[in-house]
Amino acid sequence: MIALVWRELRRAWSSGGLVLPIAFFLLVAILFPFAVGPDGRLLARIGGGVIWAAALLAALLPVERLVTPDAESGVLDQLVVRGFSDSGIAAAKMLGHWLGFGPALLAATCVAAALLHVPGTALGTILIGLAVGTPGLAALGVATAALVSGLRGAGALAGLVMLPFAVPLLIFGAGATGGEPGAIKLLAAISLVLFAGCPFVAGAAMRMGRG
Amino acid sequence: MNPSLAFEDVTCLRGGRILFEGLSFALGRGEAGLVLGPNGVGKSSLIRIAAGLLAPLGGRVTGDGARALLSETAALDAERTLAGALGFWAGLDGRWDAVADALDAVGLADIADVPVRLLSTGQRRRAAFARVLASGAPVWLLDEPGNGLDTASVAMLEARIAAHRAGGGVVLVATHQPIALPGAREIAL
Repeated sequence: MIALVWRELRRAWSSGGLVLPIAFFLLVAILFPFAVGPDGRLLARIGGGVIWAAALLAALLPVERLVTPDAESGVLDQLVVRGFSDSGIAAAKMLGHWLGFGPALLAATCVAAALLHVPGTALGTILIGLAVGTPGLAALGVATAALVSGLRGAGALAGLVMLPFAVPLLIFGAGATGGEPGAIKLLAAISLVLFAGCPFVAGAAMRMGRG
Repeated sequence: MNPSLAFEDVTCLRGGRILFEGLSFALGRGEAGLVLGPNGVGKSSLIRIAAGLLAPLGGRVTGDGARALLSETAALDAERTLAGALGFWAGLDGRWDAVADALDAVGLADIADVPVRLLSTGQRRRAAFARVLASGAPVWLLDEPGNGLDTASVAMLEARIAAHRAGGGVVLVATHQPIALPGAREIAL
């Protein structure tokens, strides 16, 4: 199991699948000041929401490389022959994906917050919110990847499948940055539900895809 | 341990079509099964059912011993070296030390440090066979093992299968090319 998680992490690094989402995330954060103007107070007010929306979009980018290459190259087949369960493989993929994606996103958030004039105290809440919410986002990414794997136009479809399910994360994540008490707990609950449920969804999708 | 593989009255449905029905056979220690038939008749599906990747519509597959699968896909990470990519699988099987011997057996020891993406079709095929060797599994399921191999490599393959059987292993081969399997049970679809 550890070997599977480690393989995910290594592949994320070596394929550039990690750098691209982070670069994309920062780019979105850079675009906003250009779009709404250099008004520091306005930027600071919308900064938390912008960071969350950017994180959501960045999480969509690696979806296509999460499951499809392994399904096509026969890696999933070989794992199943060795007695790994589909949900177990999916759980390993989620953990590996988050380990690569989550901490890097948190680091990039510090940079994005500076660009958006987000004050230090708000940055703390945003970071806590992202740390709590990104596991759910990673799980959702793997489940989406498994669902759209092998379909034509999988990339575009992935957005349509994933973003609606990510709306609760966005609402409570952005709510927590706005200082809503209790939002962080609801965010944690949603994230936990996603991280606990998505392995089974992804596993079932991978099993169907094999048939 | 006595490795074995048996199909009992297995029916295979693919894409709304029955590919084969009521198929039964049993392979015991040192025995080989040779699945023959034209393209599209269900040879690969039979191998996938034997590997547990495909659920049969009816009947069941029983057997003893771990199974190793050689399918049409190599399942080796393209960006890693050949030894590294094989090492991942050997590690999962708990046999890190088997990689060098397996590469030597298929004649790829010289290029163990070459990235998988630079390998030719035949080399990739032999690398996938090396994974079967390294797995140490007593039951081999080989889907078109001769595909893309030159005559010398086919001879190597035949010799390895013979050695595996002599050691008590079970082999199920699906192929449309002639592969010498002395005393194999023919399973015609």
